[in-house]
Amino acid sequence: MKILVPIKRVVDYNVKVRVKSDQSGVETANVKMSMNPFDEIAVEEAIRLQEAGTAEEIIVVSIGVSQCQETIRTALAMGADRGILVETDQQVQPLAVAKILKHLVEKESPQLVIAGKQAIDDDNNQTGQMLAALLGWSQGTFASRLQLADGRLKLTREVDGGLETVSLSMPSVVTTDLRLNEPRFVKLPNIMKAKKKPLEVIPMDSLGLDTASRVKILKVEDPPHRAAGIKVASVEELIDKLKNEAKVI
Amino acid sequence: MEFVLNELCDLENILALPGLQEMTPDLVGAVLEEAGKVASDVLAPLNRQGDIQGARFIDGTVVTPDGWKNAYLNFIEGGWNSITFSEDYGGQNLPYLVATAVQEMWHASNMAFGLCPMLTQSAVEALFLHGSEELKKTYLAKMVSGEWTGTMNLTEPQAGSDLSAVSTRAEPEGDHYRLHGQKIYITYGDHDLTENIIHMVLARTPDAPDGVKGISLFLVPKFLIKQDGSIGERNDVRCVSIEHKLGIHGSPTCVLSYGDNEGAIGYLVGEENRGLAHMFVMMNLARHAVGVEGLGIAERAYQQAVIYAKERIQGRPAGVKSGDRISIIHHADVRRMLMSMKCEVEAMRAMVYLWASAFDQSARHPDRTERQWQQQMVELLTPIVKGWCTETGNKIAYLGVQVHGGMGFIEETGAAQHMRDARITTIYEGTTGIQAGDLVGRKLLRDGGAAANLMTAKMREIEPSVQSLPEFQKVYSKALDDLAQATGWLLQVGTTNPQLPAAASFSYLELWGVAVGGWLMARSALAAQAKLTQSHAEADFYSAKIKTASYYAAHVLPTTAALRHRIIDGSDEVMALAVEDF
Repeated sequence: MKILVPIKRVVDYNVKVRVKSDQSGVETANVKMSMNPFDEIAVEEAIRLQEAGTAEEIIVVSIGVSQCQETIRTALAMGADRGILVETDQQVQPLAVAKILKHLVEKESPQLVIAGKQAIDDDNNQTGQMLAALLGWSQGTFASRLQLADGRLKLTREVDGGLETVSLSMPSVVTTDLRLNEPRFVKLPNIMKAKKKPLEVIPMDSLGLDTASRVKILKVEDPPHRAAGIKVASVEELIDKLKNEAKVI
Repeated sequence: MEFVLNELCDLENILALPGLQEMTPDLVGAVLEEAGKVASDVLAPLNRQGDIQGARFIDGTVVTPDGWKNAYLNFIEGGWNSITFSEDYGGQNLPYLVATAVQEMWHASNMAFGLCPMLTQSAVEALFLHGSEELKKTYLAKMVSGEWTGTMNLTEPQAGSDLSAVSTRAEPEGDHYRLHGQKIYITYGDHDLTENIIHMVLARTPDAPDGVKGISLFLVPKFLIKQDGSIGERNDVRCVSIEHKLGIHGSPTCVLSYGDNEGAIGYLVGEENRGLAHMFVMMNLARHAVGVEGLGIAERAYQQAVIYAKERIQGRPAGVKSGDRISIIHHADVRRMLMSMKCEVEAMRAMVYLWASAFDQSARHPDRTERQWQQQMVELLTPIVKGWCTETGNKIAYLGVQVHGGMGFIEETGAAQHMRDARITTIYEGTTGIQAGDLVGRKLLRDGGAAANLMTAKMREIEPSVQSLPEFQKVYSKALDDLAQATGWLLQVGTTNPQLPAAASFSYLELWGVAVGGWLMARSALAAQAKLTQSHAEADFYSAKIKTASYYAAHVLPTTAALRHRIIDGSDEVMALAVEDF
């Protein structure tokens, strides 16, 4: 079985993001970038399946600027077999990402796609679902446990009420939640080996897909500062404020 | 880090040196990135635990702090122990320049932990350079991988800085020796991280001459190794206690007793009576490594101070009486401390990395003259790196506490630990006094100032270009003049009065530290200036480099004048008082 893992290069989770002065987005110049943490979990899960003998090949895919190659190399150093970069300087939104991935899935024919449930930069949580829909595959989102048996996928999902276990037909798109696994540290010799693994770069334009944005970003701004608290004189006043000012009850 | 590697230390050319081509510049970024993850996710969280709990001596064995063993496993499985070692024994064969940047991270995140692989590295070097093929075959690969650790056993109660007093006995018996004696201050002399520990021990054979020329080097394993390479019987070496120390509590400092019963079995490494000479080859590396510790701790103390200064709200801006209170980083005196910390950390890093780049080139450069010059630089810089970077590291850790105010004095904050941990660095591996003596005696007077003058000339090369840096333009040449004058004076009095150079040595070491730091900070500012004229990319980063260097030029570099005065006009005063007058 082949596994395809899409990974995204995002602002590192330790970095305190700043809004650009023109409010067009967040500042990414001179900011430490790294692999989206949910995608790291996806790569780790694929490697564990390979180590267990379930998967033969792991292909990692990233879409974005040339520097995404570094992110792909990290996944290769973790243990993935080869990488594909669909290169573009353009901002690509979830639907376009799903279309590109669909194209690559048709070309590479994996039986399983493991993706992060969302990227920590825009928190869309859409790509995996859209890809499954476009492919007409089963989907299992927010996975915290994954087992393959008898050609089906037994998946534990993290849902609001607790845990839900589903059985999925293959091929399938799975998206990862935090508790699925703890990604490994990269071993020093593997960094060297990753350099020698194949990494194909495909210009996005050459795919002939409609990647135009369907959503327009009007403005990005800091969340409002929390106002100082006030003291209320009575329970009645509190209830009144909760009802009429905060409108929460 | 990458700025210093690329702009000041010529990383690209280092990686192109013969025998190193496996590594490419873009891989270095990935190596630093992954090492950073191990340092911040595995080692740093244990630093405080190690300090509070400490290594413990329970029922005759040493128990490391909770989490240590798991972290060590992670560390060796990641291949980090073998970073510089030869590929023949399973190493990664990376240049020292890259290894130094990685080591800085280990020491910044958890120095008490970092000491264990550091000592193993010294033991591996000793064995690699001087051990017989048979010894190498039995021990080296496992020490390179980190499956077994190594220790260095020099000090005895009566033999500290003066190793000529070593009295541990080694009696020949067939193909090995039996050792009897006591060694103290043995870092990681015993622990529960690995199944075996390999001690490198200085001892005397029965008919050895007195003094340093009668000392030999022996390999003594904690557990003897059977013919088939498996672990055999317990050797007659035991940890009898561990020290209670001011800092680095997580690192066990052991008293080792050799030969309480039949004598510990040891194997000669290198030639008889040449032990100290064999040790000296590693001494440069070990002293540099301690300089890296000074840098690592300083960087950590600085980072922590910055975070606190940005968070702690106290007072209003000078001259403002109402309105919002501000974080203390807005106050000029706090800023002074942070600038002082920042500029000296950068100067230290540049110096420590420069040493490593010189070390790599001295070993691998294809041109013989270049190798010789780089070797001269290594020799000259070793006591400066060790002495200045550890003294300055202590100063920075002290300022780190000061930035925190009252909270700095409270252990919970963590700033105090850095100060305590840093304290050992000016002491072990040769005190600052020993380094200063080495600088004046072996590195200056012995060659009549040849290396010192070459180095000063090298530093003068950028004199024309520093004219474009206003703060350096005022003081740079003066600082080099101060250095040249002090060097000239020492060379002159050195042959006639041995007391004067000894009295001047500490100040002379500091003078070198400040001047070499100034040279590298000026080069850093020049490199940043060049980048800024090329493009606007990362303009904030490069202009910060220039401002930091300017602070160094205005606040640190001018001290060379006082140091010159202390040396030339003040050395007489050092011994002026009679012993009875104290």
